[in-house]
Amino acid sequence: MKHTLSVSVENTPGALSRITGLFSGRAFNIESLNVAATLDPTLSHITLVTRGDEFIIEQIIKQLRRLVDVFKVVDVSEGEFVEREMSLIKVRAEEESRAEILRICDIFRCKVVDVSPKSYTLEVTGPESKLKAVIELLRPIGIKEITRTGTIAMMRERKTV
Amino acid sequence: MAKMAGKQMVVEALKREGVDVIFGFPGGAIIDVYDTLEKDGTIKHVLVRHEQGAAHAADGYARASGKVGVCIATSGPGATNTVTGIATANMDSVPMVVFTGQVPTALIGNDAFQEVDIVGITRPCTKHNYLVKDVKDLPQVLKEAFYVARSGRPGPVLIDLPKDVQNGKAEFNYPQEIKLRSYNPVIEPHGKQIERAYRLIEKAKRPVIYAGGGIIISDAYKELRALAKAMYIPVTMTLMGLGGFPGTHELSLGMLGMHGTYSANMAMANSDLIIAIGARFDDRVTGKIEAFAPLAKIIHLDIDPTSIQKNVKVDVPIVGDCKRVLKKLLDAVKDAGRPAEAWRDQHQAWLQQLDAWKKRHPLTYKEEPGVIKPQNVIEKLYEMTKGRAIITTEVGQNQMWTAQFYKFDEPRTLLTSGGLGTMGYGFPAAIGAQMAFPDKLVVDVAGDGSIQMNIQEMATAMEQRLPVKIVILNNQFLGMVRQWQELFYDRRYAATEFEMTPDFVKLAEAYGAKGFRATKPEEVDDVLSKGLEAEGLAIMEFAIAREEGVFPMVPAGKATTEMLLV
Ligand SMILES: Cc1cc2nc3c(=O)[nH]c(=O)nc-3n(C[C@H](O)[C@H](O)[C@H](O)COP(=O)(O)OP(=O)(O)OC[C@H]3O[C@@H](n4cnc5c(N)ncnc54)[C@H](O)[C@@H]3O)c2cc1C
Ligand SMILES: Cc1ncc(C[n+]2csc(CCOP(=O)(O)OP(=O)(O)O)c2C)c(N)n1
Ligand SMILES: [Mg+2]
Repeated sequence: MKHTLSVSVENTPGALSRITGLFSGRAFNIESLNVAATLDPTLSHITLVTRGDEFIIEQIIKQLRRLVDVFKVVDVSEGEFVEREMSLIKVRAEEESRAEILRICDIFRCKVVDVSPKSYTLEVTGPESKLKAVIELLRPIGIKEITRTGTIAMMRERKTV
Repeated sequence: MAKMAGKQMVVEALKREGVDVIFGFPGGAIIDVYDTLEKDGTIKHVLVRHEQGAAHAADGYARASGKVGVCIATSGPGATNTVTGIATANMDSVPMVVFTGQVPTALIGNDAFQEVDIVGITRPCTKHNYLVKDVKDLPQVLKEAFYVARSGRPGPVLIDLPKDVQNGKAEFNYPQEIKLRSYNPVIEPHGKQIERAYRLIEKAKRPVIYAGGGIIISDAYKELRALAKAMYIPVTMTLMGLGGFPGTHELSLGMLGMHGTYSANMAMANSDLIIAIGARFDDRVTGKIEAFAPLAKIIHLDIDPTSIQKNVKVDVPIVGDCKRVLKKLLDAVKDAGRPAEAWRDQHQAWLQQLDAWKKRHPLTYKEEPGVIKPQNVIEKLYEMTKGRAIITTEVGQNQMWTAQFYKFDEPRTLLTSGGLGTMGYGFPAAIGAQMAFPDKLVVDVAGDGSIQMNIQEMATAMEQRLPVKIVILNNQFLGMVRQWQELFYDRRYAATEFEMTPDFVKLAEAYGAKGFRATKPEEVDDVLSKGLEAEGLAIMEFAIAREEGVFPMVPAGKATTEMLLV
């Protein structure tokens, strides 16, 4: 099962390598990892997507919490949550494919962020499944380069009081 | 407030943390701290002969005393030499603080002379570590390091000190109390879990307590004994738990696992309730995991949530300090108010069964005329020391024979590398233990292979006038590996036979120590009593049956009931 973990860590130099070291050292897998600052300058926020059965996920969460630098770990995929990922895709745009690319862009609400005589660079945002779909549609046209942010996620606020 | 240099802060912190002795070896990158220690003159420094020795000695000091052990080394090779000692302490949850010198901050990352990223190297084998880049952070780091090392599940903490940080100055505000938002070990157990545990215990017909190193770490020896006695529950111990419950008690089943007793392994396999206390279901204990304790419900108490449900599914997890949890469980037992006889009757059939197993296959060995049996040496050592010595061991058969045939009755009397299994641990650890307890008898039970891994510390022991005793069980083999080759590799003794070993008696003499050797059974008593009574450091060498094995033995990957017996 895929799990999305939201991890708050002390903003210290070693913290990230402690976390990645934990995953490699214990043979847990990381599908994606995103690190960024938070409102509190002393904490960083990590969104981590991993896979495993319930025992492995339980171990991963406990092992993360055990690190002296880790402040908080939440398995956001336990409940209702929103997740997003962004990708920049540079796609070959020749005369005959330009219209097709723009049509795909339209359907998936992508943005064209850079244009050259031979390429478009698109910005795509959405859940991982949407990114996959866009990539699959663009692939036959010719993807020249791609970068992805990795997933970020947040629990949904409760709708009822 | 007057400013203080980083090197002085280190010495001040040692004093405030109550450190009276440290183990180390100097070099250019740590010379400033050494200079400050020398000028200050209040902290005893033991100069080792190899930094691995310093780390193991600090570890032995910590295990014997329960206090934080401290060692110190220079940058680069000094730092890397401590790594095996750090990893050893980490696997066995030993509180330790390691100081290493580092090149000046401006040179870090430059491949400077004797530079190594020791914080990176030790990240996976410390509980936590620090590279101090600004002397202003040092007081907080020092306080944190000792706190993290000794609290919760203890472990080694390393502080890397660049040379300019040692010499830089800042205000020294040493925190009295410390609270870290990201590190809060759970000490008090959840009341609900205690209740659930008690309800399982109340119903169990064939319960067994499986006690581990956590008992010793948390000083829960009295509570464990009271609990077992109150309810007539038999106790088996891991290698790390030995001494946590008296080995001579009628409820003791001895050690369990790969080289555990027949009765202990049979107890686990047939039990309907396992109460695991401060033990981590290591593979040496469970054997083939699918076949482990098939009939039992499991209560698991441990201070570290990651130990729980790591290898086996648990019915009642209890996170907390062993001593606190056991106290609460004892209260629950008292509150329930069942008379002792009721408990005894409930477990009588089970205790009888265990007795029958004990009698069917007790720990034993075959006597052979004219040949010294290692088990017999350990039995005699036990008799002569009246079980009152602090015993350290090396790794291998010597370690297992000690675990089996020396009956440890008190906590902190067996110091052994269980998790990492580090050959060369025992002797420097004995030096550390002797520093902690100058008046106690400290004996390292060694193999002829292991003792050579840190033999250089003979000079340290002589210099400090430490009367450590070394018992070498000499089979001229890397015996434990040879045993595996005999059993599972068609007796192909690849690289396990020593064609040359030094003359250990002469070696002792070369260091100015005493040396004694026994080659026949009738010499054993004499050599032991001479060696134990000798003044100062002594080696007692026993030429033992060369191809003696350790039994029972559960072959790796087999169920623990599939024991090879004597
Ligand atoms: C050659 C060789 C053979 C071996 N054979 C055997 C064998 O036959 N049988 C055997 O048992 N071992 C054997 N070992 C040792 C084995 O490898 C493990 O080291 C050992 O089984 C672990 O013991 P433990 O479970 O008590 O855990 P430890 O490593 O002692 O861990 C202690 C546990 O207690 C917890 N704890 C710490 N402090 C507290 C506290 N205050 N409160 C509550 N919990 C706490 C920790 O979180 C941890 O889970 C062998 C080792 C070697 C080298
Ligand atoms: C540093 C280290 N290297 C290798 C091993 C693997 N090993 C485990 S037991 C053993 C044999 C130890 O020989 P000795 O000290 O003579 O003890 P014996 O088993 O003969 O009693 C070896 C090589 C180890 N545990 N530690
Ligand atoms: Mg040997």
